[in-house]
Amino acid sequence: MSQKVSRRDDVTIRFAGDSGDGMQLTGSQFTNTTALAGNDLSTLPDFPAEIRAPAGTVAGVSGFQIHFGSKAIHTPGDNCDVLVVMNAAALKANIKFLKPGGIIIANSDGFGKRDLSLAKYSPEEDPLAQIQTSGYTLIQVDIAKLTKESLKDSGLPPKDVDRCKNMFVLGIIYWLFSRDTEPTVKFIRNKFSKKEVIAEANIKALLDGYTYGNATQLFSERYTVEPARIEPGTYRNITGNEAAVLGIAAATQKSGLQTFFGSYPITPASDILHGLSRLKHFGIKTFQAEDEIAAVTSSIGAAFGGALALTSSSGPGIALKTEAMSLAIMLELPLVIINVQRAGPSTGMPTKTEQSDLLQAVYGRAGESPLVVLAPQSPADCFDMIYESCRIALEHMIPVMFLSDGYIGNGAEPWRFPTSANLKDINVSFAPSRNPDDAPFLPYKRNELLVRPWGIPGTPGLEHRIGGLEKEQDTGNISYDSDNHHAMTKIREKKRDLVATSIPDQTINEGVESGDLLVLGWGSTYGSIKAAVNDCVSGGLSVGHTHVRYISPFPKNLGDIFGRFNKILVPEINNGQLIKLLRDQFPEYFFEGYNRIRGVPFTVAELTDAIKKTLVGESITV
Amino acid sequence: MSNQTVEAELPKYSSKDFASDQDVRWCPGCGDYTILKQVQNLMPDIGVRRENIVFVAGIGCSSRFPYYMDTFGIHSIHGRAPAIATGLKTTRPELSVWVITGDGDALSIGGNHIIHVLRRNVDLNILLFNNEIYGLTKGQYSPTSREGLVTKSTPMGSLDHPFNPAALALGADAGFFARAMDRDPKHLRDMMERTNNYKGAALLEIYQNCIVFNDGAFEVYTDKQRRNETSLYLEDGKPLIFGTDSNKGIRLNGMRPEVVTLGTEFTADDLWVHDEKDHFKAYLLARFFEDNRHEDKLPRPFGVFYASERPTYDEKLNDQVEFAKEKKPNADLDKLLAGNETWVVK
Repeated sequence: MSQKVSRRDDVTIRFAGDSGDGMQLTGSQFTNTTALAGNDLSTLPDFPAEIRAPAGTVAGVSGFQIHFGSKAIHTPGDNCDVLVVMNAAALKANIKFLKPGGIIIANSDGFGKRDLSLAKYSPEEDPLAQIQTSGYTLIQVDIAKLTKESLKDSGLPPKDVDRCKNMFVLGIIYWLFSRDTEPTVKFIRNKFSKKEVIAEANIKALLDGYTYGNATQLFSERYTVEPARIEPGTYRNITGNEAAVLGIAAATQKSGLQTFFGSYPITPASDILHGLSRLKHFGIKTFQAEDEIAAVTSSIGAAFGGALALTSSSGPGIALKTEAMSLAIMLELPLVIINVQRAGPSTGMPTKTEQSDLLQAVYGRAGESPLVVLAPQSPADCFDMIYESCRIALEHMIPVMFLSDGYIGNGAEPWRFPTSANLKDINVSFAPSRNPDDAPFLPYKRNELLVRPWGIPGTPGLEHRIGGLEKEQDTGNISYDSDNHHAMTKIREKKRDLVATSIPDQTINEGVESGDLLVLGWGSTYGSIKAAVNDCVSGGLSVGHTHVRYISPFPKNLGDIFGRFNKILVPEINNGQLIKLLRDQFPEYFFEGYNRIRGVPFTVAELTDAIKKTLVGESITV
Repeated sequence: MSNQTVEAELPKYSSKDFASDQDVRWCPGCGDYTILKQVQNLMPDIGVRRENIVFVAGIGCSSRFPYYMDTFGIHSIHGRAPAIATGLKTTRPELSVWVITGDGDALSIGGNHIIHVLRRNVDLNILLFNNEIYGLTKGQYSPTSREGLVTKSTPMGSLDHPFNPAALALGADAGFFARAMDRDPKHLRDMMERTNNYKGAALLEIYQNCIVFNDGAFEVYTDKQRRNETSLYLEDGKPLIFGTDSNKGIRLNGMRPEVVTLGTEFTADDLWVHDEKDHFKAYLLARFFEDNRHEDKLPRPFGVFYASERPTYDEKLNDQVEFAKEKKPNADLDKLLAGNETWVVK
C-alpha cells in the first residue's frame, strides 16, 4: 500500500474504552513512544471513579488524551483529531471531544445490540451511521475478531486473547502515525517477563495491528509528526506524581538525611506512596498508617528525631491532618505536606481535578497557623517544587504544603531532567551537644531568619520538651503570658514571611513585560494559560502571563509586576481563591476572576476568549 | 543521625537527674505523683543514656508527664502519641521511647492508634494511666467509667458500657499486657521494669486515683480490709492464689475459672498455674473484669497477663531498608532521575 503521508505540526488523540479495556496502558505506551520519537507532548488521563463499573456502560468509560507535536505543546489539547473508541459507551461519552471533521476509529465489535443498549442508545439509533453523516471520518475495524484471528495459535484462553485487543489497536495507531513499535515490544517483554506466552501474544497482536493498518484500504493517508524543536538536552517522560517521588529522593540525598513518609492511600495521591515504597535503598522509609492523622503525626515524630519527614493526601485527608499541622507549626519542625487536590467538597469527584484547597492550605487551621504553600505548575515542575518544599522545610524549620492536583499528578510531559550535581544544596545542621557546665540549651532561640535550632534526641545536653502549648520565647517552656503569646504569634508569622528571602523573584513567563493585560495563574493552569497568552500575543494583543509557584509567602516583587499592566485577570479552577489572597494583600489593584469548576483543566479556547473579552471590558462570568 | 560515635560509659544517674526544672502541676494527692516518682526511680536502672530517652504524650492530665522528665519529650495532641512515637521509633530505633497516655487519650479519641500500634508491635513502652474519668476537662465520664457513673455529662448515670483494656489489648494482639496501680508503688515499679524489658509494644495499665473527680474508683483494690479478697497478683509459674490468708485460689473447671478454698478438698496443686506465654489463658484472665464491689466475684488480676516476643515493626522496617541497600548498594540518584528511557534533543 502506498498511502499519502502528510506531515502535521501537532495532533491530539483520545483513546476511550471500557475500564477493563486497558486504555490507560495503551495511552501511556503511545506517550512513551511519542516521547522517544522526540515530540513535545502533554497528556490527560480521564478515568472513572469506579475500578470496574458495569462493563459497557458510560460510567465505566476510561479515557486517555495525548497532544503531541513538532512545536511546543503546553496542554493535552482542548479537542482531539483522532478518537479511538472500543465500544458504544466510549463513543457516547467522548464524541463531544472530537474536532469537526476528525477521525473516529471504532471497534465495530463493541457496537452490538447489547452494547448500544448498555450505552443507553435508543433501539432505533445507529450512532456509527449518524457519525458518518456528521462530517467525521469513520473507520470501523472489528478489533475483537482480528485479535482472535491473530492469536488463534497462541493457545491462550479466549479471555486472555480478548485482553490483547488494546495492543492490536495500538499497532494500528502506531502505523497511522508512523511510530516505532520497538519501545512497546521492549515494555511488554519486561512487564510479562515471567509470563512468556502472554508477552508473545501481546507483541503479536501489536505487530499484527501495525501490519493490518498497512494492508487495509481503510485509511486514505497516514501521518508524520517531526521531532519538536525544544531546548537541547536529554529528556524523559514523567508524570507529576512520579516527579514528586524523584524530587523527594533527590532531597533525601542532598540533605544527607533519612526520609520518613507517613501516608494513607487516597486518590489521586497514592502513586507517590507507591513510588517511594520502592526506594528503600535510598534510605526512604514509607509507612502506610492506620489513618490520615497517624500518617501526619508519625511524620512529626520522625521530624523530631531528625528525619526529612513528609506526608501526603488529597483534600478530605488534608482536612483530617489539620490539627497535627498546627502542632507542627507550634513545634517548628520541618514537615512537608503533599496535597494532590481533587474536586470537592467532601468526597466530591475523586478522579477529577480542581484547585479548591488553596484557602484550606493557607488558612485552614485552628488559631493563627502560618505555614509555607508552594504549587507546582506542570508535571515536571513537581520535581522542582517538592525539592524546594523539602529545602524550605529543613532550612527554615517550618511546615510546607505542596499543592499539586490530579491533573498534573497523573498528567505527563517530557522532562529535561537535571543532574544531581546541578541541584541546589540543602543545608541542614543539628544543634551540637553540650557539656554539663554549658548554659542550658534554648530550643526556641532563633537566628536572624527566626529559625530555631533542631536539637535531636541522642545529643547529650540537649534534653528538652516541646509541645502544643504556647511557648516562652527562647526556653520553649510552657507560657500563658499574654505579651509572650502576642509576640510568639507575630514571630511565627514573620518567620513564614522571611521564607521570601530564599525564593526566586517573580517574572513574566510569557508575552509582554508590561501592557494591557496581565494573566496571573497558579498551579496546573500553567499550560493552558501559556498557550492562550501565546495565541493572543501572536494575534497582536498586549498580554503577559505570570505564574505564581510560591503562594505563601508570595515572592517579594510580585506587587511590582501589577503596576505595569492596566488590567489583571486571574483564571482558577475553583470559585475564586487566589484572587481573595491577592485582594487582601494588594488592595490597591483590581483583579478580575475567571472561574470554571468542572473537574477538568481549562481549554485554551475558553481562556483565549476570556482574555479577549476582558481586554474589551465584556463580562466573563459563567 | 545519632551524634554518638563511641558509646561512652553510662553515667551514674540518680532519680534526681531525671527531674526537670518545671513545677509539677497535678492536684495535690493525685495518683500521677507516685507514677512520676517511680518512673524517675526506674530510669537510672534501665541502662540507657538520658539523651536517648524520649517521652511522648497526648493530651490530658497524664500527658503533662514529659514536662517533668529531664529527657527528650513531646507533649502532642489528643490521642496521637502512639503514632508520633511510631514515626520516631522507626527512624531512631536506638532510642528508648515511652508513651504516656490516659483512658480518654488512648481508648477514646486515640482508640484507633492504640490498637494499631499494638498489632504492629512497635517497640514502645506504653503507660496507660486509667482513672476512669476525664480529669483535665473537669469530670466527664470516660470510656472506662463504669455503667451508671454520675458525672458532669451524665447526671442520670452513664449509659456507656466500659472498655476492658486488657481484652482490648489482647484482642489487638498485643505481645505484652500488664496491670499495676498507683497505691502499690513497689509492684508498680516492678511492672514498669517488665514493660521496659519487653522488646515490642508493651502496654502497662495503671489504676490511678483521681482525687477530685473520681476519688475511690479503685478503693476496693486498695482498702486494707478488702484488697486481699479482690486482687490477684500474677506471678509466672506460680498458682493463682489470693485471699487474706492466701487461702483462696483459681481453678480451671474445663474452660471456666472458678474460685476455690484451699484446704481439704483443694490444694495448690489443683490450681491454675500462671504462664505468661499462654495466649489462650491470657484471654481468660482478661475476662476477670467483674464488679468487685460485690461479693463472690473473680478477683481483679495485677501483674503481667501476657508477655511473648515477636519481631518488632521498627526492626522489620529497618531490616527491609538494610536488605534493599545490600541488594542495590549504590543508590545512584542520576540513574534514578534518568529512568529507563531517555532521548536526546540536539
